[in-house]
Amino acid sequence: MPDAALADTAKDAAAAGAKQRVLIGGRIPLARLRDLALVPAILIIAIVGQIVSPVFLQPDNLLNVLQTMSEIALLVLAQTMILIVKKMDLSLESTMGLAPGVAAWLVVPVGAGHGLGLLPGGWAVPVTLAVGALIGAVNAVLIIRFGLNGFIVTLGMLIVLRGALTGISGGQTFFRLPPSMLYLGTAEWLGAPASIWICLALFAVAIVVLGWTSFGRSLYAIGGNVDAAKAAGIRTDRVLWIVIVAGSLLAALAGLLLSGRLASVASAQGNGYIFTVFAAAVIGGISLNGGKGTMFGAFTGILLLFMIQNVLTLAGIPAQWIGALNGLIILAALIVSRITGGKVQD
Amino acid sequence: MATEAEGMAGASARAGDGRSRAEPPVVQATGVTKRYGPTTALSGVGLTVTAGETHALVGRNGAGKSTLVSILTGLQAPDEGTVTFDGDPAPRLADRSAWRQRVACVYQKSTIIPALTVAENLFLNRYDRGRTGLLKWSAVRRRAADLLAAWSVDVDPRTLAGDLSVEQRQFVEIARALSFGARFIILDEPTAQLDGAAINRLFGRIRDLQAQGVTFLFISHHLQEIYEICDLVTVFRDARHVVTAPVADLPRADLVAAMTGDAAAAQHRERARTTEAAAPAALTVRGLTGADGTYREVSFQIAAGEIVGLAGAAGSGRTEVAETVVGLRSAAGGEVEIAGRRPRPGSVPDALAAGAGFVPQDRHHQGFVADMSVADNGTLSVPARLGRHGFISTRRRDAIASGLIDNLAIKTPSPHLPVSGLSGGNQQKVVMARALADDPRLLVLINPTAGIDVRSKEFLLDKIEETARSGAGVLIASDELDDLRVCDRVLVMFQARVTTEIAHGWHDHELVAAMEGMDLDA
Repeated sequence: MPDAALADTAKDAAAAGAKQRVLIGGRIPLARLRDLALVPAILIIAIVGQIVSPVFLQPDNLLNVLQTMSEIALLVLAQTMILIVKKMDLSLESTMGLAPGVAAWLVVPVGAGHGLGLLPGGWAVPVTLAVGALIGAVNAVLIIRFGLNGFIVTLGMLIVLRGALTGISGGQTFFRLPPSMLYLGTAEWLGAPASIWICLALFAVAIVVLGWTSFGRSLYAIGGNVDAAKAAGIRTDRVLWIVIVAGSLLAALAGLLLSGRLASVASAQGNGYIFTVFAAAVIGGISLNGGKGTMFGAFTGILLLFMIQNVLTLAGIPAQWIGALNGLIILAALIVSRITGGKVQD
Repeated sequence: MATEAEGMAGASARAGDGRSRAEPPVVQATGVTKRYGPTTALSGVGLTVTAGETHALVGRNGAGKSTLVSILTGLQAPDEGTVTFDGDPAPRLADRSAWRQRVACVYQKSTIIPALTVAENLFLNRYDRGRTGLLKWSAVRRRAADLLAAWSVDVDPRTLAGDLSVEQRQFVEIARALSFGARFIILDEPTAQLDGAAINRLFGRIRDLQAQGVTFLFISHHLQEIYEICDLVTVFRDARHVVTAPVADLPRADLVAAMTGDAAAAQHRERARTTEAAAPAALTVRGLTGADGTYREVSFQIAAGEIVGLAGAAGSGRTEVAETVVGLRSAAGGEVEIAGRRPRPGSVPDALAAGAGFVPQDRHHQGFVADMSVADNGTLSVPARLGRHGFISTRRRDAIASGLIDNLAIKTPSPHLPVSGLSGGNQQKVVMARALADDPRLLVLINPTAGIDVRSKEFLLDKIEETARSGAGVLIASDELDDLRVCDRVLVMFQARVTTEIAHGWHDHELVAAMEGMDLDA
């Protein structure tokens, strides 16, 4: 993204002879088109979708696609930041369930399922976000302070948090959530669900932060070469802390949106999401080895996956086969991005 | 600590030699001692670098060069002794920006971030901002272009840093150091990965910058380069300062003697060896042509017991030919025959089974698995000898490994130490040990002595000769003259073809001219 901006404002394109990168129209370096690699695929799916069913391009259907992906898209946003600094957080999907789960547990009145009714309804949203931040802080302490392997730490957390949610809910679903928890998942702003606006706004903010602030650029520096980042005076540990905690906070927010939309917190809320999240990020050009990829690319990744699922549903594919097809789509998308990216994926 | 005092006295006495100018030296280290637990990395050493000079720091691996560099760049504090810059005491360790304004080091290991552009690497964490508080990429890029132009570095700031050549990367790192205001730059083995032409360009750049008032401390294993580029040389040995002298006053043999501690290290190699004409050729290469055009129509033969050099600048195709011989690449045309057998092209196991032993180009990338032990690395290519049915007998492995360790005099406390814990010279010996583990009929080496100290280098070259005497053919692909000196004949590649064959006893300028594609007689 930053270089697209560079190219836009480039007035003195001082060509350094053969060393210069291949430029299209002399302005946008070819490598930067990688960010837009999925745009043609999205357009093709849109055309195919329209052929399969005239419903596809109807505003209602498109809003439906955006709304169903908005919660998981926030997880993609969180995971993308974390992958860029060369870490991983598998526990995001459990955070998405546990954070609103704890809020519901404390708020839902006694008698309705496993609710304790300890706090008034207005506390639900702050509690959700606090639980998210707390989980992020625990991850950060283990990974950064104690230097434990991030993959295993968050794998452990994934299991612990899922188990904790099952424990407090007794394996059942929390209903009768307070209105404050329902608001974000059900409200409509300017004719579209609030969760869509929240999702798009957060992605827009993330694109700007990652491309145009020194904090955002420090994520790339840390993921690309942490020693060089330290040598350049970046406080790497602090940046990692912020990224990990912000990631969990976003997962809690995603959980809030989903609970609101479904008006419940199931004990399996978010279960299995993490695989789709990783697939979307990788398809969107985020390197698992850190330092590469953009937020816009990650957004196109998750958008493409959900559009394809929607087309399959509209085409009347039996629901039992959707899972297998989803897996195939991920593999196919990887192959396509290998071809368009031209490089061995790492 | 009598010995330390002695070292200190020697250091300061020599450092003072004929260089008492009015202005304070750019950097002066006095009586610096650094210990890591029981080992003393530096013992009362001194170093004085005055403005505008290019000062060489040499010493074998483990002599304390790296420790001094980390002290001079403020990564570590000395246990004893002082460091001053321009007469002022060194800043606090935590004050990174103060250090950056005084000194910078271009390490062998890159400190740029490959996925970011050159402009962003130059101004990492000190970007220009617009009125909105967001980064102004156009300003960053313009500033980068100005900086690169000011120091005449011919690189487009929009290039991804990962796409730069090693040489360009070094220039960018030097430019970045200068942009912080540092005018004292440490170059840690800058030429290790460069070919002859690039080295000349680097030296040209160093001279230009010297004229612009930049002072260099130059660390290198290539003694020839020190005579070419440096004014003074300081020698460290075993954590002590040995001598500081103008390079003109220190003949090559004396310099080597100062480094190794004995006078006999640099004797000329002269030997007569008989090749076994009756035995089948160790290697026959016919009409080999690379798939990507890196080499064309290469044909040669190596007799059993013969050492053949394959010389050429970087990009001449020598490395690719050697890698094709051992099966790391497959050729588009032509054939390779090792000791009478034709291994399947592009198959390393087949080439090894045919009797090849291989020392790859870059030991860190291809040579060893850093976290595995010396024993495991040394026996990596001979699993069949470690036990039956794919099970590894640790006893047998350790027996083979201690044989290798003895044979190559690898300095390691135990065969179970990870290779990453060894010095560069000993790491390369491990790689060599593996190549020799199966008594090869053909030994293929690519840049076998890159980045290792003089003593280890002599040792490895002796080992190569010993291997040849035992009846194996040897192919050395290198542009290092010392490597090629042991060869019975040298084939020179230029622009993908073998252009010249030179018999043993050549003069340096002859070979260098052939490698650069020049004709001295014309």
